[in-house]
Amino acid sequence: MSSSLASLLPGQDATIVAVQADEALHHRLTAMGFRAGKPVKLMRRGAFFGPLHVRVGSTDVIIRRTDAIHIKIAPAA
Amino acid sequence: MKRIALLGMPNTGKSTLFNRLSGASARVGNWPGVTVDLFTAKIIVGGDMVELVDLPGIYDLHGYADDEKLVRHFLEAQQLDLLAVLVNAAQLDRQLVLPLQLKQLGFPIVLLVNMIDEAKKLGIAIDAPSLAAGMGARVVKVSAKYGDGHKDMMLALAQALTAPEANVEKAPQRLAEDDVVERQAADLMRSSVHVPARLPAQFSDQLDRVLMNQWLGLPLFFLAMYGVFSGVFTLGAPLQGWLGDAFGLVKMGVLEPLLSGAPPLVYGLLVEGIFDGVATVASFVPLIVLFFFFMAIVEDSGYLSRAAYLMDALMARMGLDGRSFVMLLMGFGCNVPALMGTRVMRSRPLRLLSMLVIPFSLCSARLQVFLFIIAALFTARQAPLVLTSLYIMSFVIAFLTALLFKGKRQFRSEEPFVIELPPYRLPTLRQVWVRGWLEARHFLVRASKIIVAGVVLVWLLTHLPAGVAPAGPDSYAGLIGRFMQPILGPLGIDEKLTIALIFGFVAKEIVIGALVVIYGLEGDALTQHIGHSMSWIQGYSFMLFTLIYTPCLSTIATLRSESKSLRFTMFALAWPLFLAWLVSFAFYQVASRLVTL
Ligand SMILES: Nc1nc2c(ncn2[C@@H]2O[C@H](COP(=O)(O)OP(=O)(O)OP(=O)(O)O)[C@@H](O)[C@H]2O)c(=O)[nH]1
Ligand SMILES: [Mg+2]
Repeated sequence: MSSSLASLLPGQDATIVAVQADEALHHRLTAMGFRAGKPVKLMRRGAFFGPLHVRVGSTDVIIRRTDAIHIKIAPAA
Repeated sequence: MKRIALLGMPNTGKSTLFNRLSGASARVGNWPGVTVDLFTAKIIVGGDMVELVDLPGIYDLHGYADDEKLVRHFLEAQQLDLLAVLVNAAQLDRQLVLPLQLKQLGFPIVLLVNMIDEAKKLGIAIDAPSLAAGMGARVVKVSAKYGDGHKDMMLALAQALTAPEANVEKAPQRLAEDDVVERQAADLMRSSVHVPARLPAQFSDQLDRVLMNQWLGLPLFFLAMYGVFSGVFTLGAPLQGWLGDAFGLVKMGVLEPLLSGAPPLVYGLLVEGIFDGVATVASFVPLIVLFFFFMAIVEDSGYLSRAAYLMDALMARMGLDGRSFVMLLMGFGCNVPALMGTRVMRSRPLRLLSMLVIPFSLCSARLQVFLFIIAALFTARQAPLVLTSLYIMSFVIAFLTALLFKGKRQFRSEEPFVIELPPYRLPTLRQVWVRGWLEARHFLVRASKIIVAGVVLVWLLTHLPAGVAPAGPDSYAGLIGRFMQPILGPLGIDEKLTIALIFGFVAKEIVIGALVVIYGLEGDALTQHIGHSMSWIQGYSFMLFTLIYTPCLSTIATLRSESKSLRFTMFALAWPLFLAWLVSFAFYQVASRLVTL
C-alpha cells in the first residue's frame, strides 16, 4: 500500500510517486507542480480538518485532504 | 493593426505588465484569478500602434472553467501576431510547460520571465540566452512591478513582431504527449536555471507561522478585519464631516444668493433636491476612496489566500470553499467584480451557490447608508460595534443561505479545492493610489448619472401633485408609502423610509440622497431629525432590510449575465427579499417587545 500526501505530518518531506486523479484534477495538479519525482513538504494542516498547506518544488499550494489523497508519495530519498 | 496578447498562469503579473505598458489601470491583486475578462489597450511597439490584450490566467490548455474557456476561445478565434507569455521566475520548474506547449502549437511567442526581482532575492540564477536557445523563442527577464528589463522587453517585442525567430516551426504541430513536454521543461531547467539547494529563509514563512497558525490564524484574521474597518471609520469620518461642511458653505455662499430669485419649485428642485441630495452622497467619497486604499493593500498582500485556507473547513460544511469566502471579502468593495470572480470555479453548482450568497456581502455602497444612519442613531462609542454587528450579520445571512440550499441538486458540487498560496507582497504606492482613484472616479460617474436621476425622481414624487406638503400623506410618495405599509409597517419601516428603500433597489447610494430629499433636510439637521423621529430599533431594522435585500440593479444584471439563467436570477432576487422581510420582522417585533418589558 502506498501512502498519500494526506498522511504526511507537518514538517515532513516526501517524494511524489504518482498522481492518481481523474483527468480534470490531474491536469490542475500537474499545473500546480504535482508531478512524479517532485519533492513535497507538508507545511501545516488547517484546524477543524481544514486543508493542507504543502510546498511542492518552489510553489506553495493549499489543497483539501480529500484531494490530497490522490497524490501518492514515498519517503524522501 | 497588429495584436499582442499577454498569456500565462494566474498571478504571474500579466495585468501589472498590461498597466505598465499601456498606462491603463486594470485590476491587480495577489490572488490567482483577479482578471476574468479580456481587456485591450493600444500601445506603441517599435514605432507602430499595436493592440495589447490582457487575458485571464490559465493553468494549462485543457482547462474548462469559464475564465479559461474564454482564453481558449480567444486563442482559437482571434488573429494574433504575438503571444507574450509570462512566467514567474521563481516557479519556472512548473511554469515552463505552458510556453513550450504554445510554441508547439505554432504560436509566435516571446517569453517574459517576470518577477525577476523576487527570483534574485531567492538566489535563483536564470541564463536567458540558454533558455532562448532551448525554447526557440526570445526570452527577456523582467519585473513588471518595478520596471527591470523594460527596454529589452520592448526591443524583443518589436523584433518578434517584424522578424519572427529563425527556427520557428513552419507548420503548427499537434500537442505532443504531456510527458514529452515535461521532459523538455525539465531539460531546460537543468541547462538554464540554477536554484540554490537551500532557499534563504523567507519573510513569508515566518509570517505564515503566525498568521496561518492553527489556533491564532482565525482570531487574527477577524482582528485584522476589525482593524481595517475601524481604521477606515476613524480616519474617514472626520474627512466626511469636513467635506459636508464645505458643501454647506457652497450652498450658503453661492447657490442661495444665485438662485434666490428663482421660482420656489425650481429652487426646490435644484437646491433642496439635486444639490442637497448629491452633496450628501458625495461627502462619502473620501471615505470610499480610503476604504479602497485599504482594500488594495489587503488584496495585494496575499492575505486573501490565507483567508481562504483558514476558512475553507467551515465553508466546506456549507457546500462552498475557501474561494467563495474570498469572493465574499472582495464583495465588501463591490458585489459585481466579486460575482465575476467566481468564474475561476469549474463546477457550475458551486459557482451558482457562491453567486447566491455574494450579494449579502456588505458592499461599500451599503456601508455609506449604514454610516449615515448609525451616525444619526448611535453614540460615537456605539458606532463601531453596531457596524461590526452588521458585518457579522452579512456573513451569518450568507452562511445560513448556503446551509439551506447546499443540498439542492443544482447547488451540490464535488469540486476539488487546490489553490496556490503566493508569497506576501506589498503594493507600490502607485498601485494603491490608482485603485483608490479608480473607485472614486467610478463613484463619481455613477453619482452624476444614476444618483442625480434618482434624487430628481424622489423630489418629484415627494412634491407632486402640486400644492401638497412635501413628502406628506397626499404626495405620490406618501401614497406609495401608505400602499406598502401593510407589508413594511410590521418591520418598523414607515412611509418615508419605504420610498428610500424602493429607490435603494436601483443603487444604495440613492438611499441617502432620497432621505435628504424626503425629509427636506440635509447635513446635521437631517441626522438630528432622524435621531428624534426614529427609534434605534426602527433604524436597525431598516439597516437589516437594506443589508439583505437586493444590492442594486448592476448586481442583478451581473447575476443574470454570469449565470445565463433567468430562473436562477429570479430566485437570487426573490430569496433575499423574502429573507430581508423575515429578519427585519423578527428583529423589530422581538426587540420592541423586549424594550417595553
Ligand atoms: N515582486 C513582484 N511582484 C509582481 C511583479 N509583477 C506582478 N507582481 C505582483 O504579483 C501579483 C499578481 O499580479 P497581477 O498583475 O494581478 O497578475 P495576473 O497575471 O494579471 O493575475 P490574474 O489576473 O489573476 O491571472 C500582484 O500582487 C502584483 O503586484 C513583479 O515583477 N515583481
Ligand atoms: Mg490579471
